Parts: sequence; C-alpha cells; structure tokens
Amino acid sequence: MTEMKEKLNMFLQHKWSQVILFTLFVVITSAALYLSQKSVIAFLLLLASLLVLYYMKLKNVTKWMVGGGILFFLIPFASSGGPAFQNYMEVATMVGIYVSMALGLNIVVGMAGLLDLGFVAFFAVGAYSYAIFATPQASNFMPFGEYPLAGESFWIFLIIGGILAAIAGVLIGVPVLRVKGDYLAIVTLGFGEIIRIVFNNADRPINLTNGAMGISSVTPPRLFGMDLVFPNQYYFVTLIILAFTIFAVIRFEHSKLGRSWKAVRENEIAAQAMGIPLVKTKLMAFALGASFSGMMGVVFAAKQAFIDPTSFTLMESFTILVMVVLGGMGSVPGVILGAALVTILNLQVLTELTNWVNQLSLSGVISIPDALSPAKMQKLLFGLLLVLFALYRPIGLIPAKNKKFDEQKLKKDNALILNKKESAAVEKEKVQI
Amino acid sequence: MLQDMLISLPQVLIDGLALGAVYAVVALGYTMVYGILQLINFAHGEIFMTGAYIGTALFILIMGMSWTGAIPQLIVFIIVLLISAGLVGLLGVGIERVAYRPLRNTPRLIPLITAIGISFILQDVVRFIAEMMNGSYILTGPSLFTGQVTIGFSSISSLFNDASFKISFIIMIVTAILMMVALDFFVNRTKWGTAIRAVSLDRETASLMSINVNKVISTTFFVGSALGGATGVLFAMQYGTIDPYIGFILGLKAFIAAVLGGIGNIRGAMIGGLLLGLMEMFAAANLTTLTGGILGAEYKDVFAFAILIIVLIFKPEGLLGKPTAEKV
Repeated sequence: MTEMKEKLNMFLQHKWSQVILFTLFVVITSAALYLSQKSVIAFLLLLASLLVLYYMKLKNVTKWMVGGGILFFLIPFASSGGPAFQNYMEVATMVGIYVSMALGLNIVVGMAGLLDLGFVAFFAVGAYSYAIFATPQASNFMPFGEYPLAGESFWIFLIIGGILAAIAGVLIGVPVLRVKGDYLAIVTLGFGEIIRIVFNNADRPINLTNGAMGISSVTPPRLFGMDLVFPNQYYFVTLIILAFTIFAVIRFEHSKLGRSWKAVRENEIAAQAMGIPLVKTKLMAFALGASFSGMMGVVFAAKQAFIDPTSFTLMESFTILVMVVLGGMGSVPGVILGAALVTILNLQVLTELTNWVNQLSLSGVISIPDALSPAKMQKLLFGLLLVLFALYRPIGLIPAKNKKFDEQKLKKDNALILNKKESAAVEKEKVQI
Repeated sequence: MLQDMLISLPQVLIDGLALGAVYAVVALGYTMVYGILQLINFAHGEIFMTGAYIGTALFILIMGMSWTGAIPQLIVFIIVLLISAGLVGLLGVGIERVAYRPLRNTPRLIPLITAIGISFILQDVVRFIAEMMNGSYILTGPSLFTGQVTIGFSSISSLFNDASFKISFIIMIVTAILMMVALDFFVNRTKWGTAIRAVSLDRETASLMSINVNKVISTTFFVGSALGGATGVLFAMQYGTIDPYIGFILGLKAFIAAVLGGIGNIRGAMIGGLLLGLMEMFAAANLTTLTGGILGAEYKDVFAFAILIIVLIFKPEGLLGKPTAEKV
C-alpha cells in the first residue's frame, strides 16, 4: 500500500506526468463546459485549472503562456457553447475587476502596511470620471465642449480615471500621513464615507453626479467602430488591463520602491533611519494602489452603463479587504486567488445556493426561513472568514514569499562584473599609456 | 442668518445633548479598551446595537405580560437596563476571550481585522434572530415616557423658539450621567480601577505586581460593553426604531468623540461625546443656512469626520489627553 502511495507520489512529482494530467483536466472541463447547457461546476473547475497551473513544476514563462492561453482563448471559447455564455463572461469580468482592485489594495495594505478601509472611494472616482463625461451630465458644469463624449474617449479615460484616482489617493494621503496604524484605518473609513456622501448629494447647487438618482445610459466604449456592450467584449478589455496590472504590481514588488514599502511596513522608524523617505514612499503606495482601482472604476462604469452611490458603500471596501486578507497580505498570487474566490462566492455560489434552497423549500423538502437565505448571509460569511483567518492563518491562503537570492550565484556574478571592470580599467590605462 | 440660528438654538441644544450623551457613554467603552489594549474595538458599535435589541426585546416581553401594568414604568426600565447591561457585558467578555486574547502579541493589524469580522458577525446574527422572531429586522419598541415637556424659552427673549422634549430625554440624561459618574468612581477610587489603570500603563510590570492581567482585561471589557449595552437601551427608548446597522456609524462617531477628548482618557471621552453631539446637531440644523443652501443636513457626517481629521492633525492627543513619546 505504502509502495503504491510512493509510486503515485513519484508519478505526480514528475514533470511530464503533471503536464499530461493537467492537459487532461483542462480538456475534460472545457469539453464539459462547452457541451453542457449550464454547468457552473465545469466553469469553476476550468478556472481552478489556473490554480493547479500555479503549483506545477514548470518554468514561469511556460506558466504565463499556458495561463494566458486558457484565459484568452479557452475560457471564452469553451463557455460559448451554452445559453449561459454571457452570464459566465459577466462573472469572469467581475472577477477581473475585483482582482485588479484587490491588487491595488494589496499595495497599500499588504506591502506598505497602511490599513485603508475606504478603498472603494478610488473606484468611485474612476467610475464617476468616465460616467460624468460619457453622458450629458458634464454639460451642467462645463459650458464648452459637446457631451456625451464619443465612445472612443473610453480608452483615454482609462488613463484619466487612473490619474484622478491617484490624485485622490495623494489627497487623502497628505493629511493622513501624520496619523498611524489604527487611526489611519478610521480616517480612511471616514474618507470613503465622505466620498459616498458627496457623490450622493452633489446634485446641487451644481448637478455634478445627479445625486442618489445616479447616472444612466453611459456611452459604451468604441473600438474600431464597434460598440462594446456585451460582457464577453468587456471580458477581453478587463483581461488586458488585468494583465497590465499584474505585470506592473510584480515589477513594483521587486523594485526599490517595493522593498521600501516592505521596510516601512516592518518598522517605520528603522526604515526612516536607513534613509527611506517615509512620506514619499507612503504617498506612492496610496497613489499607485488607487490608480489601479480608478482604472477598473472606468471599466465598471462603462460595463454597467449606470452608476449610483449604492455601488460604493463601506461593504465594498470591506469586501476588497476580505479578498486581500484571505489570499495573503502582500502576496500577489494569493490576492489574485482571494479576489477570485470571494467574487465567485458572492456572484455565483451564494446565488446558486439561494436558488437551490428556494427550490427545495418550494417543493416542500425542507423549509428554511427567508431570513436564512444564503444570499443574505454574506456579512456573516465575511465576518467568519476574517475572524477565522486572523486567528488560524493570518498569512492567508498563499503566503507572501520574499524573493530568494542565491548567495553563491550573486558572488560569482559580482566577481564577473568586478573582473570586467578591472579589465576595462586596465584597458583604459593601456590606452592612456 | 444669525437670527435663524438663534431661534432654533434651544431645541438644537436639547437634541444635541441627548445625542451627545449617547456618544459619550459609547465613547467610554472605546476609550477603556483602547487604554488597556491599544486596540480600536470596532465591534463596540455592534455591542451597543445588540444592547438596543436586547433591551427592546425585553421591553416588549415584559410589557406583554398582564401583571406588569401594576408596576411603575420606571422600575421596569431599571430592570431592563440592568439585565441588558449584564448580558451585553458578558458578550463583550466572550468576544475578548475568543477574538482578541489569542492575538494579543501579533501585529496590530490582525486584531483590528478580527474586530471588523466580529462586527459583521454580530450585525448578521442580530438581523437573523430579529427577522426570525419578528418577521422584519427593523424593530419598534413600546413607547415609554412619552409625556411632552415644553420649556418656554420664548418668554425669556423673543429671539428664541420654545423647545420641547419627551420625558424619556430626562431619564436618558440622568442615567447617562449616573453611569459616567459611577465609572469615574470605579476607575479612580476602587481597587479594581487601580488595577485597570496599572495594566493600561504597563502590562508586564503590572503582571509582576501580582495583578492578574487577563482578569483585569476581562473586567474592562465587561464594564465597557455593559455601558455600551445600557446606552443601547437608552437609545432604543429615546428614538423608538432600531435596525441592526445603527451600531456601525454610531460607533464610528463615538470613536471620533473619544479621539476628540483624548483617547484613553475617560473624562475626555465624556466631554468629547457631548461636544460632538452638540456640534453635529448644530451642523444638521444650520449647515444649510450657513452655506447659503449649498450643503444640506446630509453633510453632518462629513462634518464629524472632518473634525476627526482636524483633531488628528493638529492635536492628536485630543483635548484632555497627554502627548506621549513614541516607543521605539
């Protein structure tokens, strides 16, 4: 028996057997997804293949290529088989939006250690920046120009939304930086509420946001003369921005700035003593984290074609925080996993469960009171997740790892560089002589 | 403009005092926990809300019994207040035991996150129980002490309007003051109070002086939560309708009050609470006049948070707090 186990282990450890099994898994799930009319399980399993991929013994480049292939071609193709296609795409788009936001918050909370409880405010800034100018709303206070702007402007607004959110991030950062730890949490929470209240009431004296009524019929983005209206189109837009976000976040993490963030998180005073500019580092964390969120806000506004302040409540901020904590603070793959899990839990699992429970109680199998319907249990669930993870696994599902350097290799490389320099110096001397 | 403000001033003062008393007592719970653990107990607002629910449920239960008609309302009120305070105090101790004690030596971010989690759990559990029992989670208690009192400010000077309030307002203020005085006495004059102050100054040294730190922290949580729960009952009595989400924003405002007064300072929390209540009511009544109709009363929450930010920037130790040197 143990021998069998060992053999199985050996087999699983082997690279090619992993590849074969993985390919089988992907083929079966995508075939199931394509052929079935509506199978949430197949869809989720196909998404889960990305997680399996993460743990496989392959080169990073290969993993990115395979993952990109699955995301860009396989998932849209496999889910296009049934009538639930747009539904899947909608969920996948929302996952993308939330992953990007959670990565932004991860910079602030996970890497720089600044607990920000009003993060959704930046999302709101991005969303409103596009919604106001892509509807006649802007003509209320901009006497020049013609509104709504054409759909092509969406692409510019992706950048503008990011920049505006970054400015908002700096604005909140400047007064708040003197405040530390827990105070910061409360002040950012207050900031999030302030933004919501302002957007909720900025319909007078000048009608900026149309108040609680919200802004409707936002112009859809236009690409090569084609209006983007369906979730499957937004899926690709989100995916490209997400790819950019992940790339940027990973680069930031291993840059000088990223290391300064971590130093500030671990010990502010020591970091300062080592010459890290505290204010600049923290403001950069706020601004960069916010800008990713602002960009996705623009996408969200365009996708929904309607926004109002109810999409930007405290609960949203906490949802994003749950994603970061669940995945592992400071860990990029962890946060991606956490965001995907929470979004799918919210959008698919809870709704499916509610439907299922409703059907059961309709057919009289069991009777569950309306108060206990799973869709309403979201807060309890988040609360339990937060408490249990903080108590038993504060590092999250995929803990953050610091990049490891091989000492020997570094020494060798350094020696090479030194040798080169020396020889260059010798050459120079020779020339001079 | 000044006249508009003056004419409503008596009513604003009375309403502000009522709200301020609620803030003050809830802020005490924040301040006590912060003083002893350096933790913002986010769940404190929900503890307050749970107190409001327990109190209302007890009122409905007791008022529903036929023989209670003979007992004066005041006695019913006192019984309900004591029972709710006790139950909520135990809830606070339980929360500390489960969610904060295991995390006492972790980075401060982690207990803050459990506190947020606990506040979500409490909101949903209360909502669920209320919805199960009542059909709707919004609960309206029996009306108590509804007699109206009018003070004739207009007879003093024609500048003012008359102000009126319910008798419950007096009961509320008196109870709140009693609670604050009792707490002040407890912390400053009793043996337990000395232990609490010792632990909040230096936990390790206190434990060397044969103080049982865990017990002291539990006591602090009991007292703070019981005060919060009792205030919940007062709130439910004064304002009538409650829902599971009242605790969060009210808790935040109470925290602002605690910061305003100097967090960790008990008298500061009382003064901060009263000040914040008065300022908020003033803002709610007069923002429209003051800004010429640009900002409405909806902005009073913005106003409260603005106070917080201003205090933290210019006087982070609060009105009555002492500046502390940073520990390295």
